[in-house]
Amino acid sequence: MKLYNDGMNPHDFVRETTRAAAALFAFGAANALYAAAVPTVPDTMQQRVAACASCHGAHGEGLPGDVKIPRLAGKPAAYLLQQLQSFQDGRRHHAPMEYVVRQLSPAYLQQIADYFSAQQVPFHPQPVPATSADALRRGEQLVHHGDPARGIPSCESCHGSTLTGVQPLMPGLTGLSYAYIQAQLDAWRTHQRSSDGPGCMTVVANRMTVGDVTAVSAWLASQPPPANPHPLPASAQTEPLPGWCVVGNEEARR
Amino acid sequence: MKRWIMGAAGVLLLAVIGVGAWLFVPARAPQVVPAQAQADAAKLHDPALIERGAYLAKLGDCAACHTTRGGAPYAGGRPLTTPFGEVSAPNITPDAATGIGAWHFADFWRALHEGIGRHGQPLYPVFSYTSFTKVSRDDALALFAYLKSLPPVQQPARAPELQFPYSVRQGLVAWRALYFQPGEYQPDPKQSPEWNRGAYLVEGLGHCNECHTTRNAFGAMDEERRLAGGQIPAQSWYAPDLSMQPGGGLAGWSQQEIVALLKTGTSTKGSAFGPMADVVRLSTQHMNDADLAAVAVYLQSLPPRQPVAAAPVVRASDHAHGGELYAKRCADCHGDNGQGVAGTYPPLDDNTSVTEPTGINAVRSVLLGGFAPATAGNPQPYSMPPFAQSLSDTEVAAVVNYVRQSWGNHAAPVAAGDVSRLRHTPVD
Ligand code: HEC
Ligand code: HEC
Ligand code: HEC
Ligand code: HEC
Ligand code: HEC
Repeated sequence: MKLYNDGMNPHDFVRETTRAAAALFAFGAANALYAAAVPTVPDTMQQRVAACASCHGAHGEGLPGDVKIPRLAGKPAAYLLQQLQSFQDGRRHHAPMEYVVRQLSPAYLQQIADYFSAQQVPFHPQPVPATSADALRRGEQLVHHGDPARGIPSCESCHGSTLTGVQPLMPGLTGLSYAYIQAQLDAWRTHQRSSDGPGCMTVVANRMTVGDVTAVSAWLASQPPPANPHPLPASAQTEPLPGWCVVGNEEARR
Repeated sequence: MKRWIMGAAGVLLLAVIGVGAWLFVPARAPQVVPAQAQADAAKLHDPALIERGAYLAKLGDCAACHTTRGGAPYAGGRPLTTPFGEVSAPNITPDAATGIGAWHFADFWRALHEGIGRHGQPLYPVFSYTSFTKVSRDDALALFAYLKSLPPVQQPARAPELQFPYSVRQGLVAWRALYFQPGEYQPDPKQSPEWNRGAYLVEGLGHCNECHTTRNAFGAMDEERRLAGGQIPAQSWYAPDLSMQPGGGLAGWSQQEIVALLKTGTSTKGSAFGPMADVVRLSTQHMNDADLAAVAVYLQSLPPRQPVAAAPVVRASDHAHGGELYAKRCADCHGDNGQGVAGTYPPLDDNTSVTEPTGINAVRSVLLGGFAPATAGNPQPYSMPPFAQSLSDTEVAAVVNYVRQSWGNHAAPVAAGDVSRLRHTPVD
């Protein structure tokens, strides 16, 4: 549009400027309307994984209360990826989770696992279930010393002395709810969860009694959050794992 | 999992007729000229043929059914649920004992083209041979060469778990006599080569009809209403009408939008979810551009459809309730006017998945949320939260009815009872 040129009379000039202003105003107004109607979408991982956040918390911090939905934030990325693949491949079961991860590629799952692994958010304090002092003592015993008579190694020997997990595939046992821990131990006992082929937790959980499951879940859930929540480096695993413990999905994948 | 309607003979009577037919009509052995068999066998190691077969196997989505979750590709074992029971897809890797290792091409051709197994037994039409019969002999040979080139996996087939009388395979003889006509695709000389290619892919190898066409009580497709949309029974998803003409499910779609949906899983008109997301992720995203364009050209030629009768309108107070829920829970992503955000969030206005006749798709989308498929063209799709935990049956119905009856949408309302039933539908 021409704003001013030689030979334009003042009347024309006023008209042209008004027109320009009107056009600009209209454009701006249209823009404002457009902005109001069309949401702008942040190009971030956080925005992409809104579905996950609706169950696992905005940053994967988990939910308050005694729920069966676990925290994801800060867990070893390789562990998170392994578990996501287990939901895809039918080694772990939870229908809504299975549906939500079904359409995702290995590369995208890796990015999502990395994203949640990198989140640093405080733990929710877990509600402490009503449990007898005897049971809590039994739980603590299992965590620190296991039960050699029944062939149960201490939880610590695999999950790390701080119970915050060990890179790359060992998850922590801190910040998990009573309901979740118990549900997982039950899932291994009923062979509903088998992310690592025949080894590790299937063996551990099946050597425990029902009372042991309650006891250890209650003790773990009643611990205060660790000062340093990070998983230990791989070098922290100094003792070799028992022969029946195959970490990872290799066995199940053939 | 693909839960397919299975076309088995529907009643005992049919089974009896079938057994009779089997008794009196001897099964034909494949008629092969030995020289032809030798020529076929010689070609099977040709790398170019194998490569073409790999591509065709993607278009036919063979791996989707013939692979169990987490299992070796093509080694079978996946149970396919039908209203009549379960049939597992068998192992089609070249293992001699449990797969197709000992098969000749004539056996394979008979399975794909006639739906007859290696031992002369009729196959259940949950195996889409009702479409695959249109596949050309050359393409079948390429598919066979590809399957023969796979690493053999030993995995015995699982016996079908069907209710009587469907469990009697020979009952299929009657079903086949009524509903199945073997025959390769015959090009229509009045149409362009591109249209013919599209028809071959849609009606044949791509087996789009197997979901997008209504079935009768015997699990047979309604020939009058091909690609006009249908509910996939036992699976509770609705595969919409694919006509792009006035009154059609895809009215207003351009060919470009069809191509975008099939290639990337998302388009400015809507995105793929449920079984269609599987189809896109495993099959159509791998189609080359010429084939995608051919499919779109063919869909463009489907006839216009009768407009549907005006739907009853929900009470104003229910509409307002739905509108409040929409503003709070949905508008951030789908926009105040259901316009979506191109490439990120699908529009809900004028979206066939929202307005399809049953309302099943919209209800299940709200309950399940989820991601559009991650594809090469859309590797990091955005997601929708599932609302199953946070909205009651009444609320889901209210918000779904709101989107089904707002903006340009005028679809029939769903009831809270429908939502309650769909909450418990298995997702796999
Ligand atoms: C409908 C709620 C829901 C949604 C949505 C959801 N999850 Fe989950 N998720 C769960 C539940 C419940 C479990 C525990 C299942 C079980 O009992 O094994 C779980 C378990 C997990 C685990 C295993 C954690 C562990 O410590 O073993 C991972 C990893 C995970 N989810 C990641 C995700 C990601 C990533 C997304 C989004 C793509 C997602 N989830 C979406 C409910 C949900
Ligand atoms: C021999 C090694 C080993 C021992 C001993 C062991 N675990 Fe584990 N545990 C694992 C491995 C490996 C995983 C993760 C892989 C998987 O999914 O199986 C795991 C996972 C878990 C999880 C799931 C965490 C999550 O976020 O989902 C829980 C809960 C658990 N263990 C509890 C225990 C308890 C309680 C004990 C002690 C009684 C114990 N474990 C002892 C190896 C061990
Ligand atoms: C919708 C699921 C589905 C798709 C897609 C599918 N199949 Fe099948 N297929 C089956 C089922 C189920 C059977 C077994 C039928 C029966 O037992 O009667 C079968 C049987 C077969 C058989 C006979 C095997 C035998 O041991 O008798 C062959 C060969 C075969 N399919 C090849 C293919 C090829 C090639 C493709 C891709 C072009 C394909 N299938 C796509 C489900 C499917
Ligand atoms: C396994 C069943 C199945 C098969 C096979 C199938 N579809 Fe679909 N399709 C569906 C369902 C269910 C929907 C509705 C969900 C959706 O919109 O994604 C759908 C939706 C669509 C849509 C509309 C998408 C939208 O966003 O509204 C198109 C276009 C489409 N299919 C094309 C095809 C073509 C072309 C083929 C054959 C190559 C095909 N479909 C094969 C089940 C199937
Ligand atoms: C965080 C963003 C987000 C929110 C909030 C959201 N959606 Fe979605 N919605 C999506 C995405 C992404 C898809 C595509 C998912 C797919 O393809 O599987 C989708 C798909 C749909 C579909 C299927 C349409 C199609 O073509 O894929 C319907 C119907 C739908 N949403 C309705 C709703 C309703 C109703 C609400 C509120 C109760 C809602 N959505 C809230 C992001 C969102």
